[in-house]
Amino acid sequence: MSNSDTTQLPKDLAAEKGMVNVQIDGHWIQVPRGTRMIEACKIAEKEIPHYCYHSKLSSPGNCRMCLVQMGMPPRPAPGAEPEYNEDGYQEIGWMPRPVISCANTVAENMGIRTSGELVEKCREGVMEFLLINHPLDCPICDQAGECSLQEFSVGYGKGQSRFKEDKIKKPKNVKIGPRIRLDDERCIMCSRCIRFMDEVADEPVLGFSERGTHTTVGIFPGKELTNNYGLNTVDLCPVGALTSNDFRFQMRTWFLKETNSIDTNCGTGSNITIWTRGNKIFRITPRQNDDVNSCWMPDSHRLNYICPTDEDRLTACLIKADNVHEETCWENALEAAADALKQFDASEIAIIASGKQTNEELFMMRTLAAELGCENLSIVARQQESDDMLISSDGNANSTGASLIFQNADPSNQLSNIIEGVRSGSIKAIIAASENLLDAAGFSNDDLEALELLVSIHSQANATAQASDIVFPGAGPAEKRGSMVNITGRLQKLNAACIPPGDARSDWEIIRDLILAISGEVAEEAPQNIDTLSKILAASISEFEGKSLAAISDLGDSVTETGHSIPLLKREAERKANGEIVG
Amino acid sequence: MSDIQYLPGKEPDSREYRLIFKNIDRAGWDPSMECYLRDGGYEQLKKAITMEPSAITNEVKASGLRGRGGAGFPTGVKWGFIPPNNTKPVYLICNCDESEPGTFKDRYIVHQDPHQLIEGMVISAFAVGAKTAYIYMREEFPEAALIIEKAIEEAREKNFLGKNILGSGFDLEIYVHRGAGAYICGEETGLIESLEGKRPYPRIKPPYFPAALGLYMAPTIVNNVESLCHVKHIIQMGSEEYAKLGTPRNTGTRILCVSGDVKKPGYYEVEVGKITMGELLNDVCGGPLEGRTFKACIPGGSSAKILRCDETYQIGKGDDAKELGFFDIPMDFDTMAACGSMAGSGGVIVMDNSRKISWVLNNLNHFYAHESCGQCTPCREGSMWMRKISDRIVEGKATPDDIQTLEDVAYQIDGRTVCAFGEASSWPVEAIIAKFRDELTAETSEDNDYLSEEAQRQLKYISQ
Repeated sequence: MSNSDTTQLPKDLAAEKGMVNVQIDGHWIQVPRGTRMIEACKIAEKEIPHYCYHSKLSSPGNCRMCLVQMGMPPRPAPGAEPEYNEDGYQEIGWMPRPVISCANTVAENMGIRTSGELVEKCREGVMEFLLINHPLDCPICDQAGECSLQEFSVGYGKGQSRFKEDKIKKPKNVKIGPRIRLDDERCIMCSRCIRFMDEVADEPVLGFSERGTHTTVGIFPGKELTNNYGLNTVDLCPVGALTSNDFRFQMRTWFLKETNSIDTNCGTGSNITIWTRGNKIFRITPRQNDDVNSCWMPDSHRLNYICPTDEDRLTACLIKADNVHEETCWENALEAAADALKQFDASEIAIIASGKQTNEELFMMRTLAAELGCENLSIVARQQESDDMLISSDGNANSTGASLIFQNADPSNQLSNIIEGVRSGSIKAIIAASENLLDAAGFSNDDLEALELLVSIHSQANATAQASDIVFPGAGPAEKRGSMVNITGRLQKLNAACIPPGDARSDWEIIRDLILAISGEVAEEAPQNIDTLSKILAASISEFEGKSLAAISDLGDSVTETGHSIPLLKREAERKANGEIVG
Repeated sequence: MSDIQYLPGKEPDSREYRLIFKNIDRAGWDPSMECYLRDGGYEQLKKAITMEPSAITNEVKASGLRGRGGAGFPTGVKWGFIPPNNTKPVYLICNCDESEPGTFKDRYIVHQDPHQLIEGMVISAFAVGAKTAYIYMREEFPEAALIIEKAIEEAREKNFLGKNILGSGFDLEIYVHRGAGAYICGEETGLIESLEGKRPYPRIKPPYFPAALGLYMAPTIVNNVESLCHVKHIIQMGSEEYAKLGTPRNTGTRILCVSGDVKKPGYYEVEVGKITMGELLNDVCGGPLEGRTFKACIPGGSSAKILRCDETYQIGKGDDAKELGFFDIPMDFDTMAACGSMAGSGGVIVMDNSRKISWVLNNLNHFYAHESCGQCTPCREGSMWMRKISDRIVEGKATPDDIQTLEDVAYQIDGRTVCAFGEASSWPVEAIIAKFRDELTAETSEDNDYLSEEAQRQLKYISQ
């Protein structure tokens, strides 16, 4: 360097920030000290194919797919000063042997080559090895279309086979648990499933047996993979070795449309992808969000979803006449409900909202209460036992949102008064939205029979719908847009993956029209779509300021402090701090 | 040493230098403590225990002792890799998983002279600061395990082991752990995993260098049986005197295990580099069998690259460059490496002109395909593929292209695996093809149209 006395070298500039300079395919970038080489390449937007590496699991370095060429400056001779070129870097001496990029960390002045003859030959070789004993049954394999073997074969493989011998035979269609099947011939022994069960699920029931090319993944004798997080191994499996009984042979993956949304089964609000074709949900998989659910979700939640094609869906408005429900149109049903409600004093009406409703829906419930002048507004609490992983102690997905919107620390605290009111006869009419009152709410059949009017919104048939005088068909969580606030105070978005079946509509639209029917106002003055409504909501609730639906980021935004944390994330942070995982 | 009498027919050759094997096949010798003490046993421990541990390490460094397990890494340097500010316990492990084909030296030490090993281990453990040591004994040495267990018990009774050894304040326990019969357990990180009760999957390095993150993630020194025995003699002789044995950079003695087509196969302890391949095979081992000539030799255990006996080797650079005939190669680490092979574990496997090289190749491939642990892709898949191709060469069902494929597969494994097993399995193939390509090709035919059984079944199905 011409003025090396006054100018700092790049290594010093980087060191001040805790960074190091790394040359990746000829370009110098700065990455934090301690970054794994594979992550540094990701920052440089260089794809490193890999199978066994997963940032949330330990790195055994066994697949050998992520081999790259590495170089470091040669050690100066004793007494000699290192030499720097005009850009301030030392010349890189390239190592003749490749190194795995998944487990090695970067160092100052390191060089990484993700292409070139050595690296390409390595990848080609590993691909060839992985395929020689693989059954190549892609036409009937559920993983086809989202299989890393296929992907990297196209990208880095040889294109033809030199293997003339018989392939190794291994167990196929092994039932390793109630929800999962294993095909050992497809397995590439990356050990992700084994590590997940050991390190994350903390129930190590999977392991290798046999050795060499006969190595086989399996379940320990006398054990079953019953763990409620077991299906995550299916997501982790880079090939079709582990398949979910639920999705097996149901649909070719490339026909599926992906919609990002959130799980509404509990207060955690795990981020999910909903996979649909036509108007049918085929599967739900977790979507990575390091502030919510990492990369995982419980099986009980992923398999518990409401699909437009379910047989128990309500698809039309119902009005009870002579104890029999008859289908009717929206206008009739809304008018009938409005007329019936007008027969009661505001104090005789109770509104039961749901902690599973979106913020927008809850806001409309509040607006309805205000329109009626009704003070009996409550959600139904759903306390449950947390599994100390991702299932929260709150069975409602949006209790936090209800607190903010109802401006009540306990938005369910009116419920007992309402039940008492029903029993004492002071409350004669109930509007219930998306809650089966005979379920968690604590109403009895006699309570419902004692009511003079029961208007309810349900997406599925249930006993409360059966007892209702007027039933509006509601949309399921996968059929609506909206936002919710999870147990940690994070505002997250639901997106519609499907269209509600038949006449079903989102709760907010139903309540809006009910308000219009009651007030007689012209429709144009009410919000016409969810975006308009979410802007009104954002303007009305201080925590949501500037957070209309369009402004909420894909991974959500923290809007309030609740003091709650997610147990699984705590453990993940510990493992990250210990250097066991990249995180 | 002339006063030592050996059993009839087991007398050492005059060119041998018996240091480690001094008591092997010795007349009137038994593995008991009494016998060992009569011969001046544990005197070196008494001496070492008064020394500074770092002084012992420095002696071992100065002696130039290189590991006798296969890699030939300087033992003292290895000990020096324990992090200086370490606060965790340190472990010493004796690698007695002698499973490299063609190697049979450690078993004799443990069978006939177990106290020599224990003395070497106590001194070494004292030097590195280990209070717990393990002997990892391969499953195939059941009797050796009993012998060493008994010897440990005897040493504990005499306070050469246990608490406050000889009043020095130093505590050490040695435990014998028996393997379950896997070659990979000889790889030090595989051994450590096995010792921890897991599958012996070798660990990636970095980060898991045993000297820093070894057994239970604590600093761990893994040494070969023979290496640990040498430590005792380094203390006895002093590093300067010890280093006079052998040649510079290749000091001391080592035990060569000669097997195969020679008149007198067996174990021979010689000064490193002081004897040539010719002297070893023709003189010490009595030359080839009647009417035969030497064809090839694997000089350092089955993973070492094969050498042709009719070849000359260019070694050295510049002014030091010279040409060596096979029989002139001195048996030391560096020259053997310069000739393209390695001194390895000292297992010298000799083949004469009666041996088909394809059979040799296939035999080695069978071993490595059977012993691959299966952790990483190239070795797991490649070792069996190589075996299957060489099966066909032996059966006369291969084409010349198969030789090329075989060579490609070997190079696709070499240097790309978690542990050195990748090289161990691919080097023999690479070398045999490079040196005997013509002979192998002669066993193939362009007319061979090989179809696997499965392919034949499918073809039948298609043609019907």
